[in-house]
Amino acid sequence: MAGIEYLSPEGLRVDGRRPPELRKLKCQLGVFEQADGSASIEQGNTKVLATVYGPHDVSLRSQALHDRAAINCQFSMAPFSTSERHKRNRGDRRSEEISLALRQTFEAALLTELFPHSKIDIYIQLLQSDGGNCSVCVNAATMALIDAGIPMKDYVCASTAGYIQDTPMLDLNYLEETSGGPRLTVATLPKSGKIVFLQMDSRLHQDHLEKVLDTAVQGCRKTYTVLDSIVKDNLKNLQHSFAF
Amino acid sequence: LIMACLSRWEREYIVSGVNEDFRTDGRSCKDYRNFTLETGVVSNTSGSAKIKLDRTCVVVGVKAELGVPTLAKPSEGRIEFSVDCCALATPEFEGREGEELGSHLAYELLKAYSNSGCLDLSSLAVIPGQQCWVLYVDALVLEWGGGGVLESLSLAVVAALKVTRIPRLIISGEGEEMEFEVSDNPHDVVKLDVKGAPVIITLSQIGNHFLVDASMEEEMCANAQLSVAITSSHSIVSISKDKFGGLLYSKLQDVILMAQEVCTDVFTRIDTSLTDNHNKQRLST
Repeated sequence: MAGIEYLSPEGLRVDGRRPPELRKLKCQLGVFEQADGSASIEQGNTKVLATVYGPHDVSLRSQALHDRAAINCQFSMAPFSTSERHKRNRGDRRSEEISLALRQTFEAALLTELFPHSKIDIYIQLLQSDGGNCSVCVNAATMALIDAGIPMKDYVCASTAGYIQDTPMLDLNYLEETSGGPRLTVATLPKSGKIVFLQMDSRLHQDHLEKVLDTAVQGCRKTYTVLDSIVKDNLKNLQHSFAF
Repeated sequence: LIMACLSRWEREYIVSGVNEDFRTDGRSCKDYRNFTLETGVVSNTSGSAKIKLDRTCVVVGVKAELGVPTLAKPSEGRIEFSVDCCALATPEFEGREGEELGSHLAYELLKAYSNSGCLDLSSLAVIPGQQCWVLYVDALVLEWGGGGVLESLSLAVVAALKVTRIPRLIISGEGEEMEFEVSDNPHDVVKLDVKGAPVIITLSQIGNHFLVDASMEEEMCANAQLSVAITSSHSIVSISKDKFGGLLYSKLQDVILMAQEVCTDVFTRIDTSLTDNHNKQRLST
């Protein structure tokens, strides 16, 4: 793909950001009254909706775990989310992979031992895709879980990072992701710094791995700051409406 | 699909309220709830709209892509509907559970738009017999607590089609050698002629009276439902009956008159929302 300048001589990326800058993050909690918890996140041009139902009874006795809650995750994409329309919303390999990744991530973060024999459902819908799909989904699910009031060890904040034109870049958009360079998706528990999800595509030289991983983890911390301030603002508004 | 559980007393309360033309939220039988309509919610589409009617939320995206016309109608474009009942609305829609309902809703929409007066499909032809525009209308049902899903879908589809903009094509050559070029200018776009686009009004029969825009609880008390697709010129393009009860033939005329009354108000509200959205977008750019 000749011709696209991913990093201009002044150090600006295709959308005007600097390499270690995160895209603009907008988030709203409690968008759906029907669900126990819901959130809508917009990170740059990627829009994701997440809802949480639970903890509630399992539908099949065989699904119940005796010592903890079972977590069920489903990821689906809207047909109009990508520039080319695609018919298969869910059940295809990529969606199943992301659903599985999300489930494993949240099994590490939620305090499931508090709810044995029950189920927590997390549903994610991608409305618009512009890079960093998996990480935005993780962030959306975190916010929905917080809105639902389900006990968690910590926020789960995710971010992507890549290595283009010899520079580690944070939070790749679609154009940068399809440049053929490596793409690293990381989700961490910010307070302890533990990594709960790590996935990398394409080739990356060992010498650069630490730099890129570092950039991604920094991105997670920046995401945490933004998400935490949104949750605290939400709480303040709630306090006002209850006249505390 | 059980989304609300009603006790016998709640049911009696609703039915007796309807008898006095006073519903649980204070509306009369002919009052439509307030809805909020937002357009331009998804940027990858040619047109999109999101509607929120009480606790029902639907997003519709229209994508115009080039395709091959049908053999039966070589000089016309095509329109295809798909409705996805997302698991976001209820865990019962997880996996493939919501597919049957989704295809039923998509079929109702297709029926409403299959009338030639609704959309000028011949304006979507590019090269007769070879290429035409295909409008893919994809709807996502995000929330379903407030009832009236088919209505919300039809309202959102009308709004999305009204804001859909298709790139202009420059056609050159003749006969076998016809070629076309998509205009590079992002502002060089064509609007669709959607004056005949219908809105589906659902009338529910509770006891001996008909209600417009039933909430979830009222839908559960209804013994029959009539979905009427009406255009802004009051032409009826499709009718379908739902649920297990019977309708009195003598009442049918009154019911259809009621639907026509309500639809004028609904179309006015859609147009007001679209103008407001347009002004908001102009101010923000």
